[in-house]
Order: sequence, then structure tokens, then C-alpha cells
Amino acid sequence: MPFRDSNRNSISIVLIGKGGVGVLTAGEILLTAAARTGWYGMMIPAVGPQIRGGESASLLRLGTSPVNCLDDRVDVLAGIGWQHAERFKSDISLDADSLIVTDPYEGEVPKFIADSGASIYELEMNALAETITGGRANMVALGYVAKVAGIKDFAVLQAIEKKLGRKGRDSISAITACVRLGYEQAVRASEVEPDTAGSTTDSRWLMSGNHATGLGALRGGIRFAAAYPITPATEILEWLAPRLSDAGGTLVQAEDELASINMAIGASYGGVPSLTATSGPGLSLMIEGLGLAVGAEIPVVVIDVMRGGPSTGIPTKPEQSDFNAAVYGLHGDAPHIVVAPNSVSDCVHTTQWAVHLAEATQAPVIVLSDQFLGQTNAVLDPVPAYTIIAERKLAEDVGENFERYAITADGISPIPLPGTPGGQYTADGLEHSANARPSGLADDHVVQLDKRARKINGFDYGRQWADIDGDGEYAVITWGSTTSTVQEAMLRLPAELFANLKLISLRLLLPAQPQKIADVLSGVKHLMVIEQNHSGQLYRFLRAFCDLPADVTTLHRPGPSVFRPGEIAERLRDWSQQ
Amino acid sequence: MSVQVPGKLKASDYKSDTKPVWCPGCGDFHVRHSLTKAVAHLGLRPEEIVIVSGIGCSSRLPAYINCYGFHGIHGRALPAATGVKVARPDLTVICAGGDGDGFSIGGNHLLHACRRNIDITYIVMDNEIYGMTKGQPSPTTAPDWDSKIAPGGTGISPFQPLVIALASGANFVARAFSGDPIGTARTLAEAITHPGFSFVQILSPCVTFRPDQREWKKLVHPAPVTPTSDASQAARRVMTDDGFNIGVLYKGSREPYRQSVAREIRVERNIDEEFLV
Repeated sequence: MPFRDSNRNSISIVLIGKGGVGVLTAGEILLTAAARTGWYGMMIPAVGPQIRGGESASLLRLGTSPVNCLDDRVDVLAGIGWQHAERFKSDISLDADSLIVTDPYEGEVPKFIADSGASIYELEMNALAETITGGRANMVALGYVAKVAGIKDFAVLQAIEKKLGRKGRDSISAITACVRLGYEQAVRASEVEPDTAGSTTDSRWLMSGNHATGLGALRGGIRFAAAYPITPATEILEWLAPRLSDAGGTLVQAEDELASINMAIGASYGGVPSLTATSGPGLSLMIEGLGLAVGAEIPVVVIDVMRGGPSTGIPTKPEQSDFNAAVYGLHGDAPHIVVAPNSVSDCVHTTQWAVHLAEATQAPVIVLSDQFLGQTNAVLDPVPAYTIIAERKLAEDVGENFERYAITADGISPIPLPGTPGGQYTADGLEHSANARPSGLADDHVVQLDKRARKINGFDYGRQWADIDGDGEYAVITWGSTTSTVQEAMLRLPAELFANLKLISLRLLLPAQPQKIADVLSGVKHLMVIEQNHSGQLYRFLRAFCDLPADVTTLHRPGPSVFRPGEIAERLRDWSQQ
Repeated sequence: MSVQVPGKLKASDYKSDTKPVWCPGCGDFHVRHSLTKAVAHLGLRPEEIVIVSGIGCSSRLPAYINCYGFHGIHGRALPAATGVKVARPDLTVICAGGDGDGFSIGGNHLLHACRRNIDITYIVMDNEIYGMTKGQPSPTTAPDWDSKIAPGGTGISPFQPLVIALASGANFVARAFSGDPIGTARTLAEAITHPGFSFVQILSPCVTFRPDQREWKKLVHPAPVTPTSDASQAARRVMTDDGFNIGVLYKGSREPYRQSVAREIRVERNIDEEFLV
């Protein structure tokens, strides 16, 4: 049963229970143990809106090769209590090959689960846990599931030590005893052994996309952050706060998002690379500030970890629906940059790149991450340091006729930092002349608009503007977290279609790259744009700015459920047969 | 654009050659003069000063002073000033604006800037009106002041910004009058020198839309009391005075917001190792 699909070498596990029973802890231990075994994996913590209590689930996928998206179906579902399980119905697809682990003490298996035809194994988690002083049912379930999945015992014990070691010897002994009881009950239902030969015991990283974003920011040179707490971006701030401080920087918890963006702009004006992180509602509040950063030409990075919108929307679930706000939200003609990471590990790289772009162009850069990337914990290969160093073109040698907003060929004007004698100027959201005096003159307006557009449109974004795989007459354009799912869907296609299909994952969303798109679509006859929002926001943007093949179709639907590879593979197959 | 000035500087050396948009007779001219006198007296170099503002008549100030300036968006001067000072504690950061910018659209930031107690000086040129949009009532306008947008008056009592600053934790609170440039310069110099968040309300008449404020010069008088370090006593005095007491009203000794100097590594830590399983 595990590793049913030998091409994928992965197993999908869901642990479910009411808040407080330790579903998330068990999931984290399982994920850590998988990493210690030399596997890869990911875990999505799924919780209800309750602050404490309520329902929760750990959605895990573990494998011997990298896994970056959820699978279509669940191999093992362990219920440490079934209350409110139906709330996760859309995340749990079971079939006759699935295994349900249930404790009779917790009552009947919910009908929608039982009706799937999956085999049911009764594990008396609570009764077994009670035989041990300080025993917990979730740890019995953990032992059972780990054994069924084929995770090595030593790895589970190490993971427990790492995650729960602070609880002390007695507690660890009780937990270990519970896990062993789970092991003993485990039957190896699998006929296919995990491909341990193909796995390695090399070092792995375990990180969430939000932590990866924080790492990218630090590596990029961010030393000031100001932000207001918001789901699902808060972990970026909590991760950055002590690390910025150790690096000689600061994180200020602002009174609101209006303050956050203006603090970040103020700090950056002072010469310190700065960012703020938020989600859709916060981005809306920051938009006026972003216009100031455009007009006054001050670098700043805004991370938007997107969630379901509009308004409060679905705060704990992903959606790629802030594209329009990020691209078109600013008033006036306001050239700026929007980028999107396309995997958890790419959050490191793309955020670092964003810092570089902001500093180099003296403009705001919005990074569109999402709840799926941000809050997924993933086991990855270590993310190597990326060598581009963010650098601002400073005006160190200012003469008598220094002009802060000088008209230059590339549109980038050297900027003096406060403290530079003779460089005094006023950074201004008012339109201004080249020498930074407020100006409402048509000539000044046009040359400054031209200059600000030129520096963004003419910038050399290099090869990182998109990740491009494959070649053929068919092409998919996608972005962000949807990318990994498309990649896996492609592997499931018939060989002849796979060999005739190109994937373009856009990392640079704004400015539009019509020439690069034209080049990459050369020879493509059929194009599909895939994104997770209700209105096809990227699709409409591409139609507006790029010359696309005559045959263009889209696959777009809103959250809260993320795309699954099977769903996309099916659409791609149907598309190729039309 | 700016000329490097060697040696000891005079107040006039801090004036830029950009012509103000202010109406002739506007109190803000005097405030500019007082501020340049204060920084000249303190011997601060133009390049070491940043003046941050939002939007409004008085918020035009940065362009008229030969220092580093930041003319941001309406109501957000204090957050921008906070960012500058936290990132660059070596600089003298002065935030300036009017009563609409600071007490209405930016009101929330005033509370939190006072509470944070960052070492900046906040100057509000209070003329009890929105002048740039040609005469609407602000949070400090009297309830019966007649205007197009509120015929017959708003019927809303003005609030008392100095008391709000005291309640929120400002470390230095003073009231000044633009028509008293020497006293104002002295107060500003003291505010800039005092550690933590200093709040100076400067009564600065709008001669165009509030010609009645020409009378202020007859009404103002030095506060009959010395500054206190007791915030509740200072608040009681402000709540019960006639609104024209001029001088330093409160001097606290609260520790300013902890400063951090960017680009100085404090703790060597290998962040990559944190992610190793």
C-alpha cells in the first residue's frame, strides 16, 4: 500500500483529531523522522478557526525523492478522534487501497470515510496509552503509522528527542514506550517495500516557506523589518525578530500596516535594506505607501503571503488572488516589480532576489508567496547561498550641482544616504524636478515618469525571470505554488504528450516580459495558463501584454483547496486530445 | 543641489532656496526660522538632520530647510520618522506636520510614537484647520467654527493633543507660539536634546482661513509653572489652562526605545545550521 505508485515513491498520511490531542506534534515528529531516514517530505498543518481546541489535521506526504505538492489520494488516515473530521473532507480522498486507523473508543468512523471502501484497522490507542504512566494516544498512533510507512525506528526516536527533548527524561520514556506499543501493533500491509536503496542519509533541511522567506531576506541583506501580525505571514516576523537583532538589525511591530510600510520606507531611506510582510488585507493598506516608494525612489520589499480573499476571506487557506492588487493596485503610473517564489526552497532564492531588485532599482518589490508555501513544513536539500549581492547605487561624491533624481540612461540615479555632506535633498512623493524640488511642470512629470518606467522596464532580470522545462507544441504558463503540482502532473502524462510539453513558471510577474514570452512561446501552438484564483488574473494580464498563440486556454479555480496533480494531469490529457 | 557649508553655521545656512508655498504672514515661516535657529544653536550639521513630514501646508517644511528631508504621505510622517531613527540612530530626526496630518489621519501613529518613545522630536504646527484644502475643521477646531463642509460648526469638541501625548507616554511635552520665535527656538532646542519622544505643539496661525487667529499673539503667555516630571500633574494643568500657556510643560525620564545600529553583527550565528534535521 505505501509507495503504491512506484514512479513516485511517496506515501500520503493524514493524522486527524481535535485540537490538543497532539496531531500536529505527531505530524512534525513523523516528518522529522522521515528526514532522518533520508527521505524528503512535507507537512501541511490544517487547523480550524478556533484559537485553541477545535479540529486539526496534519497532511503529510513523505517520499524517497523530493515532494513539493500534495498527492490526489491518502494512503493512511489515522483518527485520534473523529470530531469535526468532515471539515477536512475536501482534503481527504480515500479509496479501496487506503488504510484507516481508528480507535473504537473514539466512536464510529465517519460515514464519508467508511464509505470509501478503505480497509479499517482498529488500534486501541487510548487503552494502550493508559497502560503507560503519562502515555498519550497520539504517540501510539505515531508509532503505528511510522512502522506502516516504513520509517526507521531509530529515526523516529531521534525525532522525538529533537522535538520533545526539552520535556525531560520521564516524559521521553513515556512517549518512547507509547511509540513502541504502536510499532508492535503495526502490520506491514504493504507489499511494496520503500525504496530505501535509492534514499540517502545526506543532511536535509526542514523548513517552512515562511522561514525560507526570512532566510532569503537575511541573506539578501535585510536589516530592518516593520510589520503587523497577520495570518498566514506572522511566522516570517517571528522568525526574523531574533535573527535580525543578532545581525545588528531590528524588527519593529508596528501599530498597523500603514505604519509598517512607512517605517520600512523610512528605514530604507536611511540606507538600511528593509521589508515588511503581510497578507492581502495588509497589502491593500500598504498600497499608498508603495506609491510613495515608487515616486520618491526608495527600495523596499513587501512580502504578501496570499490567502483566500477578498476582505477577511479565508485566512488559513491559500489562493493566488492578490495578483491584480499587486500588479495594478497603485494609483498613478507607478512602475514597480512583482515576483513570486514557486516552491518552499525557492522562497529563499526569490526573496533574496527581491532584495537585490529593490536595492538595484530603488523601487518597491512585492513578493507573492501564499499560505501553502508559507505554512508548509518541507524536508529539502540544503538551499545553497545565492551569490548576487544586493547593492544600491550610492552617491558618495556629491558636487555642487548634484541632482538626486538625475536623468540617466538606465533611469537609475545615484542616491545619497543621510549623513553624506552636501547630498541633502528631500525624498518626495510630490512630483519633482531632477534636483528634487517639488514640481507640477509637465516637462518634469514626463521625464520623471519616463525615467521611473525605464529603470524597471530596462532592467536586466537575467534568466531567473522564469523556470522553463521541456519543449514542444504545448505549453503551460503558471506561477507560484501551483508550479510544483503542474510539474508532478506532467510526470503522469503519456510519454508522447510529456515530450511535447513545455512548462514556464514565471518568477517575474511585473514588469511584463513580452519579448521573453514571445521567445519562449516560439513554436508553441497550444497554451494553457494555470493559476489558483476565480477570475484568471495572470491569464488576463498575459493577454493584455503578450502576443500569445491563437489557441489559449486556462485552468483556474479559487482556493481553499490546492490543486492536486491528478486534477491537472487529467485536464492536460483532455486538452491534448481536443 | 546643496552647497557644503564649512565651519560654524548660522540659522540662515539651514534655509534652502526653494520658495515656500505658504501664504504671506503664515505662522509656519516663523516655525522654520525657529527650527533653523535651534539646530544652528545646537551645532548640528545639515547632513546629520532628517526632517520627515506628511501632507499639508506645514508638511512642506522639509523642502525649505537645507537638511535631509522626507516628504511622505498624508498622516504617516511618524512611522517614516520611526523607521529613519531606528535604522539610523546616529541622525537627528525631526518630524513635522499640522493638526490634520498628526491628529486626524495620523492620530493612531501619534499614540504609538509616544508609547514607543523613540528619540525623535515631533513638531505639530497647529492652526486648527485644514489649510491646503482651503478651510475644513480639524480635530482641534472649536465646535462652532463655521465652514462650507460643516455649516454652523461641527458641534464636536476639539481634543487636547498634549494630554493625549502625556497619556500615551511622550517623554517631553511643550507648547509654543510661532509669533515667539526666540522662545520657540529655545523650546525646540530643548526638545531635540531631550532623550526619547518629544512633542511640541506650536500654535501657528492660518492668516488666510483663520484671520481670527491673529489675536493669538495677545492671548499667549508664558506658562506660570515650571515643567513637571509628573505626567498626571502636567495633564491636569493642560486640561485646566486656557490653551495659551506657552513653554515646556513636562519632562519625563523614561528610557528611550532601545536603539540598534544596523550593519554591526552582534552575535555570530550560523543560521543555515538551524534548518538541519
